[in-house]
Amino acid sequence: MSGYYHVEDLPRFAEIGKSAPELWRKFSEWYGAVFAEGALSEREKCLIALGVAHAVQCPYCIDAYAQACLEKGSNLEQMTEAVHVASAIRGGASLVHGLQMRNAAAKVSM
Amino acid sequence: MSLASLEHPLASAREQLRVLNQAGPGGPHQAFERALRESGLFPLQATGITVFQINVGKLCNQTCRHCHVDAGPDRREIMSTETAELCLTALERTGIPTVDITGGAPELNPSFRRLVRRSRELGRHVMDRCNLSVLLLPSQEDLAVFLAEHEVEIVASLPYYLEDQTDAQRGEGVFSKSVEALRRLNRLGYGQPGSRLRLNLVYNPVGAYLPPAQKSIEADFHRELERRHGIVFHSLYTITNMPISRFLEFLLRSGNYDRYMEKLIGAYNPAAAAGVMCRYMLSVGWDGKLYDCDFNQMLELPVACEAPAHIRDFRPEALGRRRIVVGQHCYGCTAGGGSSCGGSTA
Repeated sequence: MSGYYHVEDLPRFAEIGKSAPELWRKFSEWYGAVFAEGALSEREKCLIALGVAHAVQCPYCIDAYAQACLEKGSNLEQMTEAVHVASAIRGGASLVHGLQMRNAAAKVSM
Repeated sequence: MSLASLEHPLASAREQLRVLNQAGPGGPHQAFERALRESGLFPLQATGITVFQINVGKLCNQTCRHCHVDAGPDRREIMSTETAELCLTALERTGIPTVDITGGAPELNPSFRRLVRRSRELGRHVMDRCNLSVLLLPSQEDLAVFLAEHEVEIVASLPYYLEDQTDAQRGEGVFSKSVEALRRLNRLGYGQPGSRLRLNLVYNPVGAYLPPAQKSIEADFHRELERRHGIVFHSLYTITNMPISRFLEFLLRSGNYDRYMEKLIGAYNPAAAAGVMCRYMLSVGWDGKLYDCDFNQMLELPVACEAPAHIRDFRPEALGRRRIVVGQHCYGCTAGGGSSCGGSTA
């Protein structure tokens, strides 16, 4: 194994179901239902997925949802904004913990 | 420049077919015939002819990066006056309601206006597959008015409502020319609500991916073209890029070929296969040879041997019930919502 991530592994995703087929079936069914057109459009869901893919830093998801967003008619401006939203939440999540830091420091300070 | 001018191996239909028929990294691709067979559609049969599509040649004022015709300003293969007359003679013998004129830029063929005038005199609906920028050429100043006078339906390529994407596919400056041409057409009444002057746009992906749902992207085009440029149009057709000619060259060069083919094959939709355009159209090449569709024409796959092979031997009854010639490229018309010259099919 030359590295942990391989582009050719993405289409093999279903192989994870071999040792737990019932769990994979349930996951696949649920996953399909999640991304179906609903109160949110398929396009909106793909843009959310793209943002989350960046937040969890999953290269497979980034690859899959960059294409999926294009296939739903989104453009690079919209996709880049989605990535910024995810990044802002990630950055904000770190920064807002600064209050915990301040609380902790205050507690031991005079 | 065209692949032909570059003497690129993929300028040859034979080489394209060789690539399409070779196995992928995971083994041989499922044959399109087998997919049809499993859907109960093999052999695929024509159901008559309601669209008479004439490809008047490969000459074009643009050199788009995805062009399945490998058209361009450097191409000289265009339909002669004699062959155009044979097309009209054939048309006179039938009641085929629609004449669909394509190219290249079909308007650059000297027989284009004769084909339009005579087809209209015969009471046929005429469609012009227009690249828009041709309307701005000094030699074509009166073209838009001519099309309007003859109530020709315009089917115009515009892969996206933004400049970057459009120019990336169709060439620097094409988007702004397209906008100017669309405004000119709107001023003549084309695309206006309720107008008899039909103006439809064609979306196709600017890369190795499938088109979005037609209705969804159509709504975006309406909203964005009107908001940004004050442009109106009737319908948007989504068309999948065929893995042939220049788009095939792009797929191979960019390392996207196998994945794109797997995507097309994985998205095979029996409902789209049942509605493919080749079942109701006949495609005439610039040299008068007959094909099931414009893609088969570019791959030099003529109509099946039991049908007449040239417009001079036109026999509508035999052609209307011919067996359709298929290959791996046909997956491009059956993926997802399907794809045809009139957009999605399923």
